[in-house]
Amino acid sequence: MELAGLLTYGIFFLTLVGIYGLLALGLNVQWGYAGMLNIGVAAFFTVGAYTSAIITTAESSGHLGGFGLPFPVGLASAMALSGILALGVGLITLRLRSDYLAIASIGIAEIVRLTLKNEGWLTGGVRGMAGIPRPLAGLIPGYDATLYLLLVLAFVAAVYWANERAWRSPWGRVLRAIRENEAAARAMGKNSLLFRLQAFVLGAVVMGLAGALYAHFVRFISPEAFNPLFATFLIWVMLIAGGSGNNRGALLGAFVIWIVWSATEIFVTRLPEDLVTRAGALRVLLIGILLQVILLARPQGILPERPPRPERHE
Amino acid sequence: MIQVEHLSKSFGGLRAVNDCSFTLEEGAITGLIGPNGAGKTTVFNMIAGFIKPSGGRILFEGQDVTGFSPERLFSLGIVRTFQIPHEFSRMTVLENLMLVPPAQSGENLFSSWLRWGAVRREERDVRRKGEEVLEFLELTHVRDELAGNLSGGQKKLLELGRTMMTDAKLVLLDEPAAGVNRTLMGKLARMIQQLHRERGYSFCIIEHDMDLIAELCHPVIVLAEGRVLTQGSMESIRRDERVLEAYLGHSGAHETEGAA
Repeated sequence: MELAGLLTYGIFFLTLVGIYGLLALGLNVQWGYAGMLNIGVAAFFTVGAYTSAIITTAESSGHLGGFGLPFPVGLASAMALSGILALGVGLITLRLRSDYLAIASIGIAEIVRLTLKNEGWLTGGVRGMAGIPRPLAGLIPGYDATLYLLLVLAFVAAVYWANERAWRSPWGRVLRAIRENEAAARAMGKNSLLFRLQAFVLGAVVMGLAGALYAHFVRFISPEAFNPLFATFLIWVMLIAGGSGNNRGALLGAFVIWIVWSATEIFVTRLPEDLVTRAGALRVLLIGILLQVILLARPQGILPERPPRPERHE
Repeated sequence: MIQVEHLSKSFGGLRAVNDCSFTLEEGAITGLIGPNGAGKTTVFNMIAGFIKPSGGRILFEGQDVTGFSPERLFSLGIVRTFQIPHEFSRMTVLENLMLVPPAQSGENLFSSWLRWGAVRREERDVRRKGEEVLEFLELTHVRDELAGNLSGGQKKLLELGRTMMTDAKLVLLDEPAAGVNRTLMGKLARMIQQLHRERGYSFCIIEHDMDLIAELCHPVIVLAEGRVLTQGSMESIRRDERVLEAYLGHSGAHETEGAA
């Protein structure tokens, strides 16, 4: 590959790492901080992507839209709607024990996926939505992708900062206590439902943001892109491999797993012909094996959780 | 301070607590004893809001608090500990204490994002308080250790320490000395007395160690089969035939008199 091509690929690659990094950061608040088993990441990711797409695209006969509103409005709507969905889901399910939450969240993700697939008037159904504008396009001719990468990285930095602050704050301390022992946290006067609801919504808002950034990056979305494999399983692998409860771990996990995931694509294209049809399954198998290896070598992930360093006081 | 009136709780067909009434006096260290299965912990769980009673009511300082959530009862000043230590294992010992003070401004996420300076100042005070408690518990050396790595006895101390991080009125201790050696038991007893004296806590203690009960508690309430069997001073309880019978059954009463 030539240098220019490599550079283009690098920008493409890092943008996706950034988006997946955001998803992993969102999941870290829910699982790493609060111990909530959300196996429906895809739901919030998808709602974010479609919301921003509908808000910002031009008129089309294929789906609801034609609002043509600016990108920031799309982004804010994506985060808001994802958060509202989480609030609704949370109010219903957060009283459930964590394993039941997991089952409920799978169900909700499937509902969202099937709705988007079948409500053609809203989303274009299986044909998807095209022509999603990319912000900052044409600002510096020839550097659209680079500018967008910088935008995504800026959001990653902002969310990382917000997560880290939350981790070190008394808010994060309460969440960890609830994760460790809910009965004791309640005995210490903490309203566990309220705190868990906050963590669930915050995580979902970040996932919605990631969805919107994804939609404006690929500019064409269809239900295929949000199947549970890409939009839930991979993100869990990233967080667990990187180190749940550790924001740097979440980002590192997104980076490492995305490299491996991309590499398996190259690998399976070189398989003998009769195996190529099963390539998709093989890639998942490889990721699964990788996860096992990482967890055997480092049970808490590459970067394990650390309690926040106590502040030196004078 | 606490009036328990005709309290009942059934689990399926089992009546764990059955028309149980007693009073916990303000300023007292009340002992709650009884054989296994007498309903002591169930009564605790109802007073602390962890289980809703099937019948009867609980008054705290005259207010009906039956069915209140644990967090609401905590804010009224009722704090409990657990029989099996409920430490937050993957948090440091100091964090286990710093968690406790109610209504910390940094528990609001937006304050933590936007008013970090104020949150940090408050954290310094909470931290100082936590370190004082650690000194009292003689646990300063494990301050930054994860609580899950503590020994059983240290976890018991930490459990007690958490009650000192808030302005409790009534502290419910569920078997504070279970599985604890004699030396540590003496230390726990001294600490409970000190908290009683210096902070004016009222205590209610479930305990199987009769020496500890005798040393700390007056009055002592005996539960058996979900209701109050008798109450009074430890001396009178020790002499009460019915108590021995409840513990040991009729036949065994005379053989094991020294136990109660």
